[in-house]
Amino acid sequence: MIDAYFASIPAMIMTTGILVGASGALLGSFLVLRGNSMLTDAISHSIVLGIIVVWMLTGHLTGPFQILGAAVTGLLTVVLSEALAKSGLVKMDAAIGLIFPALFAAGVILISLNARNVHIDVDTVLLGEIGFVWLHTLTLGGVRIPVAVATLSVVFAVNLAFVLAFWKELKLTTFDAGLAAALGLFPGVLHYAILTLTSVTAVAAFDAVGAILFIAFVIVPPATAYLLTRRLWLMVVLAVTISVLSCVTGYLLAVYWNVSIGGMMAATTGVWFALALLLAPGRGLVSQALRQGSERLDHDCRTLVAHLYTHQDSPDMPEENTRRALTDHLRWSEHRARATILRALDRDLIERRDGLLALRPKGQAVAEGIFARHHKSQTA
Amino acid sequence: MTALLSSNIVQTVLFGAALLGAISGMLGAFAVLRQQSLLGDALSHAALPGVCLGFLVAGGRDLGSVLAGAFFTGALAALIMQLIVRRTTLKTDAALGIVLSVFFAVGVVALTYIQGQGGAASAGLTTFLFGQAAAILRSDLWIMGAGGLAALALVLALWKEFKLVSFDADFARAQGLPVTWIEGALTVMVAFAIVIGLQLVGVVLMVALLIAPAAAARQWTRALGSMVVLSAAFGATAGALGALISASARGLATGPVVVLIATAFVVISMLVAPRRGLIWQALAARAMRARISEGRVLTALQDLANAHDDTAYKAERGMLNTALGAAPHAMRIQALERRGLIQQVTHPPETTPHWELTKAGHAEARALSGTPTDADKDTP
Repeated sequence: MIDAYFASIPAMIMTTGILVGASGALLGSFLVLRGNSMLTDAISHSIVLGIIVVWMLTGHLTGPFQILGAAVTGLLTVVLSEALAKSGLVKMDAAIGLIFPALFAAGVILISLNARNVHIDVDTVLLGEIGFVWLHTLTLGGVRIPVAVATLSVVFAVNLAFVLAFWKELKLTTFDAGLAAALGLFPGVLHYAILTLTSVTAVAAFDAVGAILFIAFVIVPPATAYLLTRRLWLMVVLAVTISVLSCVTGYLLAVYWNVSIGGMMAATTGVWFALALLLAPGRGLVSQALRQGSERLDHDCRTLVAHLYTHQDSPDMPEENTRRALTDHLRWSEHRARATILRALDRDLIERRDGLLALRPKGQAVAEGIFARHHKSQTA
Repeated sequence: MTALLSSNIVQTVLFGAALLGAISGMLGAFAVLRQQSLLGDALSHAALPGVCLGFLVAGGRDLGSVLAGAFFTGALAALIMQLIVRRTTLKTDAALGIVLSVFFAVGVVALTYIQGQGGAASAGLTTFLFGQAAAILRSDLWIMGAGGLAALALVLALWKEFKLVSFDADFARAQGLPVTWIEGALTVMVAFAIVIGLQLVGVVLMVALLIAPAAAARQWTRALGSMVVLSAAFGATAGALGALISASARGLATGPVVVLIATAFVVISMLVAPRRGLIWQALAARAMRARISEGRVLTALQDLANAHDDTAYKAERGMLNTALGAAPHAMRIQALERRGLIQQVTHPPETTPHWELTKAGHAEARALSGTPTDADKDTP
């Protein structure tokens, strides 16, 4: 059973994707909330230099020291960018945009120069080779496990342990860094701890998804979860769930269309994000539009009631308190006038009396409320 | 070298690369000043699906349709980013990360789809990842030249508006300028610079060609006009040099080489630029420190003179040390002697050197401390 699972290529590819997605989403939730999303971009690019330099020094691409060594470049990017921005010569955005392309370019050139010896080429740098993770295996307890799955399992466990152990501290530093510092929680230390773990995860995920697709795994599922909830623990759980869903659906679609598996997994995170953006209950674009329409209709009802109240029992009442007046005098469209009258009738604000629109007691009260407040603010 | 330069192909590549670098440099200056460097990063990654779309529509590597496709998806990405920032509570950096990674993932999927369809022409598509100046054709130069002239014309026509919006958008709005439209035009120009520069450095490193020349130019000048011109010159030089180097070495993509050259320009500018450069700043800080410690020696001598009611009071080294709380550097004493503010005298029967303030020294100390000395009474 276990053997069959680890021997199954699709299962291994999906497991790798899920481990990358879950590890990324755990840290990404905090990166997104803290406004550090683009540091992920910088980190995931510049670790390429670290990976190739470590390979030139040790001759190996995998192993705990290799991963930690390469992760140093990720952290270096952050430190250098922050130092450059602090020097005042350029702003933070330009600082990030200067440091990571330079490190990434150096990494790509070193890879090109060593192309004959190292089995990563520049396309792998960008896209990863998640389809081939089952080629490199190690034997653990008599079972052959892909190296990537073993490595990423450890990374996931570390990330999970970090988030669980420092939950309270992470929550406080993320939402109120000033208070956290006052309580002696060292927000700066946690800042670099998160970014160090992000670098380590990026290096571990590099073989599978490459430099750029990793960003999607870190940022997009947490951002999607953020659109759906305001509770931190639920956001983290949702982010991990969305990652897992994206990996499974992405894999199936990639096989169906015969396209890049890593690319399709990352693109699927975008699909979930788009769905949440449109349909999130209460905050999605659709409910925003519906609420806006409803609020506008409510406002029109108040205008209608005020209009009827103003001309009530006056000589021009037969002319003004009609639907024609709404279109001719208030310049409403036919559709808007009809919708407003229907709404006002529904709410029992007005009624039709002798071919005219007349206020019901409730409408009368609303209109008096409007003018009383208006009168008060004028005398005040 | 001359043989290389007289080659028709090399001339095309050189001219094309310089042109691309100049256009990106010119338009990048505005992106850096408006702190939108990372928008350039997101838009350049978002150009990848457009490149593939243009390829699919044209059925081949036709530069016009590829660039049109890149421009289309770049603009779409900018719009979606605006939507996310305006309609959700996600921060700008998260919106950038989402757009960047999801569009790039879609591009990767499209790229592998096209490669799956086969055809030798699709090989030319991967050069858009890291750029390949050698792929520039003579006919492409016309498209780039026309695009460059159009961009230049737009910049010249809207110079005042662009300047105002780049430096003080609030003031521009108060002046009644259509700021939203001008900002839109500037964003479109960033997208345009990216599309034009894609061939040279590719989607991944394009951000550096946008930022680096502008960041280097910013160190040398405070005026927008000279910054734009200088930035274009830096971009052109980096482009041409990079194209030349990558053309003469095998298997070296142009993008990383150009980026490293442009980064070298930035490093040099940040070090040596007058007034702003780090070396300049360090020298200025040293001179300032020297002035301050010299001033302290002068005021210490003045205090001693006042305390002893003797304008020609002769202080010994040990007294100076005690008065200052620390030993003044011998170089500072020598500098003060050179400036004619103190003079070394003997004070028999002691044999160690003593110092007293000269007339000019008294005046200087007075200016520094703001207290009158006995010397004032002597001078009429």
